Amino acid sequence: MLSSQKINLSKIAAKAITPLSFRTFASSAVARNVSINLHQGSFESYNCDAPSLEVNISKEELVRMYKSMVVMRRMEMASDGLYKAKLIRGFCHLCTGQEAVAVGMETALTAEDKIITAYRCHGFTYMRGGSITSILAELLGRKAGISGGKGGSMHMFTPNFYGGNGIVGAQVPLGAGISFAQKYLGNKAATFSLYGDGASNQGQVFEAYNMAKLWELPSVFVCENNRYGMGTAANRSSANTSYFKRGDYIPGLKVNGMDVLAVHQAVAYAKEWTVSGKGPLLLEMETYRYGGHSMSDPGTTYRTREEIQHMRSNNDPITGLKQRLLEFNVITEDEMKAIDKAARVEVDQAVEEAKASPEPDVDQLFTQIYQKEAGVKSLRGREPEETHYY
Amino acid sequence: MSMTFLRSPRLATSLSTASKNFVQQASVKHLHTSMKNQYAAPASPPPAEGFLPGVANSKLIKHTHHDALRNPELAGVANGETKKMNTFQAVNDAMGIALATDDTACVFGEDVAFGGVFRCTMGLSEMFGRDRVFNTPLSEQAIAGFGIGMAAMGSTAIAEIQFADYIFPAFDQLVNEAAKYRYRSGGEFNVGGLCIRTPCGAVGHGGHYHSQHPEAHFAHTPGLKVVVPRSPIQAKGLLLASIRDRNPVIFMEPKILYRAAVEMVPVGDYELPLGKAEILTQGKDLTIVGWGAQLYVLENAIQLAQKKMPGLSVELIDLRTILPWDVETVCNSVNKTGRLLIAHEAPKTQGFAAEIASTVMERCFLRLEAPIQRICSYDTPFPLVFEKFHVPDMIRCAEGIERAMKF
Repeated sequence: MLSSQKINLSKIAAKAITPLSFRTFASSAVARNVSINLHQGSFESYNCDAPSLEVNISKEELVRMYKSMVVMRRMEMASDGLYKAKLIRGFCHLCTGQEAVAVGMETALTAEDKIITAYRCHGFTYMRGGSITSILAELLGRKAGISGGKGGSMHMFTPNFYGGNGIVGAQVPLGAGISFAQKYLGNKAATFSLYGDGASNQGQVFEAYNMAKLWELPSVFVCENNRYGMGTAANRSSANTSYFKRGDYIPGLKVNGMDVLAVHQAVAYAKEWTVSGKGPLLLEMETYRYGGHSMSDPGTTYRTREEIQHMRSNNDPITGLKQRLLEFNVITEDEMKAIDKAARVEVDQAVEEAKASPEPDVDQLFTQIYQKEAGVKSLRGREPEETHYY
Repeated sequence: MSMTFLRSPRLATSLSTASKNFVQQASVKHLHTSMKNQYAAPASPPPAEGFLPGVANSKLIKHTHHDALRNPELAGVANGETKKMNTFQAVNDAMGIALATDDTACVFGEDVAFGGVFRCTMGLSEMFGRDRVFNTPLSEQAIAGFGIGMAAMGSTAIAEIQFADYIFPAFDQLVNEAAKYRYRSGGEFNVGGLCIRTPCGAVGHGGHYHSQHPEAHFAHTPGLKVVVPRSPIQAKGLLLASIRDRNPVIFMEPKILYRAAVEMVPVGDYELPLGKAEILTQGKDLTIVGWGAQLYVLENAIQLAQKKMPGLSVELIDLRTILPWDVETVCNSVNKTGRLLIAHEAPKTQGFAAEIASTVMERCFLRLEAPIQRICSYDTPFPLVFEKFHVPDMIRCAEGIERAMKF
């Protein structure tokens, strides 16, 4: 249970703290690394060694992590508001509470690495280069949306992010194929395929494990275990809730997914593992979503309010990092407040930009079904003589 | 024998039995022969696959070099050589060219490294290496998903689903992922490099899970292309076009034609157009549309009908691409003839004939002289023992022609 391994920041031994000779954020960030020891329970391994608990990381990176998580939470709150204002229609799955996974992952990867996931993809899209405006505009179904407004919540993509997805588990074999192409093309990079504890019981997840191990693909399968597949608790849907052990012949690692540094460390380890040719690896990120599964789920019928409150106050990824930043004198409280404020301004501005964007042109309905240049010159409309040429 | 060669590790031995059956099929010339056999002395049991008469002697088959190259669509290779190939050899040849001309191309599927159950990939792994032509586990859903992921990276993925009947576990991947990747990502990604090959159709003894012709399931999905070739020349050119087309293509190979159809096939690199039907015989009284192996049944049905109705002039069209289909060619023909018959092996309800019929009704309503005839399989699962009653055979097609003409 997550509660049993909550991060007790006061117990973290501070090794190698850099002298506090800085006054401003700008001067502090110049190539100063800190070494932070993670909590003992941060990792649990299966058929592999656990990564080191000692994280060496630059102050710049730590600040970037903080900023990213704060912006992400703001963005999701803005989405929540837009949905409740009936401006976003349809599906909308928010990642509030799970920010550490997307952020810790991105800081350990390069643009060469690929990520593919399913629902709750807004944060990943942002980390992989999608602008806040383009994400919100996609949710609103506007022209400025990252997919031109044609997709919506689970259909966001950037050049190295192969998307959200709406079909539970469908993205996992795609991830195997992407990593195969990376291996085939000789790229020294890995593919991270994310899925939830709910999707982990899909047959095709195991089909993908098998292929990835058989062909030793640079594939990292990442189970974001937020303890509930929609409204069903993990132990009521999965015979084995040790998701990191479910690869059988694939080694695995359970990670405290509420600690962005633990995620960072585990992902760096997984990338090194796969790119060095050891084949695939499983990661289980123990995380928690504060909201319901989707906007129509209050999220309180299958779990207690106390449980949610407990997670928020004891395991919040942003609060956890905040305390570390202060403890290691990375930035001051004032600087942190400035970041919070800037995030709010940035997201508010993006909301206005997204709302100002027009809806996509109607002729977009008929584009991007087939390749423009090849073959299909027209598509049938609703009436016998209604043919659309493009 | 029906299932022994399927998914068997002892492919080589069981295949030889399979091939004997195919050779037998090729030599069966006429339905009546097999019908006679059926009632013959018990000492000689009837060939179960007797419904398919005379592919080897069909006029649709290009038996000579000159015959083959007369086709204007083959102008690019008109000065090249031709070689005698059956359909699986032509498919093999197309994949060999695809692999040789595209470094990112890989061929994978169940048992393909050994040549595949129908020998379509024979020799390719030896020629291009096991890292480019490789076996997959028996995981249809993941084969499709894996191919989609690979194609999303810009590579060319040529995947084989061992039988079209096994494609349904992959249905979600093909319909929800392959078909929609371009659209739902607003053009950021596409899986144009994906081509799924799959053997389909009746062979006389396939039963429920080795006989189906599921083109209509996929024809309901904007974003996919669906292609069915009728002969070795067509198979090679259409498969190369399907592999190179920048849209996901499902290429259904009528498995009965793998050995039964033999043509002089151009050895060069050529493509045949997708989305374009081919008029096989010109006519003025009746338009008949078919695809794949059914065309040979229709050819015989036309001959049978012409014996009864001397002077009957039929325009026979091979649709070739099921999605997107060539509305122009079919409607132009019906506007000329005023009558239409469509025949396919899949069951009638929601079969692709229904789509053609309704489009033709919309576009040629005032020109139609008779109800559009749909000659299809019955709406039952594909029965092993009743196969020859199930499929739209020569007699039923000939009756359909008569109904259309005498309305």
